[in-house]
Amino acid sequence: MTTTETPTRRITTAKAMAEGIALEMRRDPGVFVMGEDVGAYGGIFGSTTDLFAEFGADRVIDTPISETGFIGAGIGAAVEGLRPVVELMFIDFYGVCMDQITNHMAKIHYESGGNVTVPMVLMAATGGGYSDAAQHSQCLWGTFAHLPGIKVVVPSNPYDAKGLMISAIQDDNPVLYLFHKGAQGLVWMEKNPRSIAHVPEESFTVPIGEAAVAREGTDVTIVTLSLSVQHSLDVAEQLVAEGISVEVIDLRSLVPLDTQTVLASVAKTGRVLVVDEDYRSFGLTGEIAAVIAEHDPMMLKKPFRRLAVPDVPIPYARVLEQGILPTRDKIAAGVRELMS
Amino acid sequence: MNPLNRLDLYKQMVRIRQYESRILQEYHADKKPAWDIGAGLIPGEMHLSAGQEPSAVGVCANLKQGDAITAPHRPHHFALAHGVDMNAMTAEIYGRDTGLCRGKGGHMHLFDPENHFSCSGIIAQGYPVACGQAMAFKRKGTDHVAVAVAGEGAANQGAFHESLNLASLWKLPVIFVIEDNDWAISVPRSHSTANASNADRASGYGMPGVRIENNDVEAVFEAAGVAIDRARAGGGPSLIEIHTLRLWGHFEGDAQAYRGADLDTLDARDPIPLYAATLAEIGDLSMDQVASIAADAAAEVDAAITFATSSPFPTADDALLHVFA
Ligand SMILES: Cc1ncc(C[n+]2csc(CCOP(=O)(O)OP(=O)(O)O)c2C)c(N)n1
Ligand SMILES: [Mg+2]
Repeated sequence: MTTTETPTRRITTAKAMAEGIALEMRRDPGVFVMGEDVGAYGGIFGSTTDLFAEFGADRVIDTPISETGFIGAGIGAAVEGLRPVVELMFIDFYGVCMDQITNHMAKIHYESGGNVTVPMVLMAATGGGYSDAAQHSQCLWGTFAHLPGIKVVVPSNPYDAKGLMISAIQDDNPVLYLFHKGAQGLVWMEKNPRSIAHVPEESFTVPIGEAAVAREGTDVTIVTLSLSVQHSLDVAEQLVAEGISVEVIDLRSLVPLDTQTVLASVAKTGRVLVVDEDYRSFGLTGEIAAVIAEHDPMMLKKPFRRLAVPDVPIPYARVLEQGILPTRDKIAAGVRELMS
Repeated sequence: MNPLNRLDLYKQMVRIRQYESRILQEYHADKKPAWDIGAGLIPGEMHLSAGQEPSAVGVCANLKQGDAITAPHRPHHFALAHGVDMNAMTAEIYGRDTGLCRGKGGHMHLFDPENHFSCSGIIAQGYPVACGQAMAFKRKGTDHVAVAVAGEGAANQGAFHESLNLASLWKLPVIFVIEDNDWAISVPRSHSTANASNADRASGYGMPGVRIENNDVEAVFEAAGVAIDRARAGGGPSLIEIHTLRLWGHFEGDAQAYRGADLDTLDARDPIPLYAATLAEIGDLSMDQVASIAADAAAEVDAAITFATSSPFPTADDALLHVFA
């Protein structure tokens, strides 16, 4: 492959998502975008930056605040062979459109005995950390991963954001693409340097269902995803000074879940901390524990540990919110405990 | 219907504007140099209501203690006009333990049970709740009413349509208030709504509907008076759409690049100087009064901010409280 770019081209996660969509729109006239403020505004969290200028109002469609309507319309268009990329502005708004998502988008292929496909992408912003309170800060990926029939991807950085977007659009199944607001590289949020990185200009894919070893280590495995990957990498760097070697697994996809990468790492380190910004009970952390227990609980030198939101809604005041989120301090404390 | 008191309407509008202006200042004061929405004494999203005072003031001047309001993500004007305590509300916005919700709710989730006031950040989802409050008032045999407020963007959400039908079917004492400020974030009404007037939708659901142009506080007052009297008397729901004005961004930090020429005429459309001029012309307001009303409002708001900033924060452990009663 030839390319004219310099290897140092660095873009934000938001821009990387939009680039992935643009490449697919150029390649496939059946790809179009709809959602609230995805047009001239470019998506509240930048996921459709510059698409409107290139493709116009016919393919980048601002919708009314009618999520059941336009997500359902996405399903219908997908059933007829188009490849819609539909944005639900915040995943928290799933409440007003869940029937279309779970009873239609997720089930049509199965219900039809495999005769109907729904090749659509539903993308939505997740996560907290900036005092947006209980209705605008949730992650909820565990909720969707629990429901059969939806692939769920959750990138943590610009490269994966682009590669997973292209994979999601090309996939013949409904893919829920969840992006963390704090990992978008937005100028108006807390800056996380890992949200701006080198991304190739050309098209490439990151396979759905493959985790990444974001950092190799030998003492403790952190299994995590999304913004918590960035925090865990920061902690891993910090703990070098204490002589602790941390391996960070970025799940990237929840459905399908790459259990092999998780198990291989845990077999190596014997110590595991799962870090999840979603609610603790009945979710990802418990799922990873089950994967390990079903495989070989004797791999663990120390009891399994998890760090997640302690089953409370996300509170507003900073001190309250920081108290329940998996912050770097709590991640570091969890790792130290495993080493003690 | 309550008698029209023009000076009171004016004072309440000034009070609300003063509040929003000071919150605007305070909100931006400590988010620099690299603007960060989560930083500062007031973190998070901030949707201010400047320009929309006529709707809240005109409606609430007809309410009495015990009547309910459900407001949306842009709630301050209705909260203040409905008698929510300014100190407690401000402390909530500052995330303090003395706040209306002990710092758990924030500016989009203000709950004041004493005044039957609440708001929600999920578009149109206050509509069904208002129906339920109205149902309770009716079953308890009171003449109280519930006012459901949301923007013109919200009127395209299923919950709006379901609520109109329910309220009409069950003759609930609800007043549906739609604040049409022309925009839903960056989406103009012309791109979101098939009907030119939501009053037409009201008639589709078998209830009276009016659309009020020109952000006219007295016209809102009159229309709300009729609707509220009707609801109190058992006549069922009504809808009032108010063509109002979003003077500032959708949220603070919104650069409004999408808004174009609409921005150029904002000052001329500001309802407060316009109403002051109207009142001055009919001799109901003097220059001295303008100054003293502004000074009173400023003093009240400053005191509320002082109360908030001198209040204690909650502690991190408090986050674990109140999941269940
Ligand atoms: C169900 C749902 N969808 C989308 C949003 C995001 N959102 C918040 S405010 C807003 C625009 C609301 O417009 P309008 O109802 O006209 O009220 P305004 O902001 O103009 O006062 C949108 C889309 C939301 N909060 N809830
Ligand atoms: Mg509006």
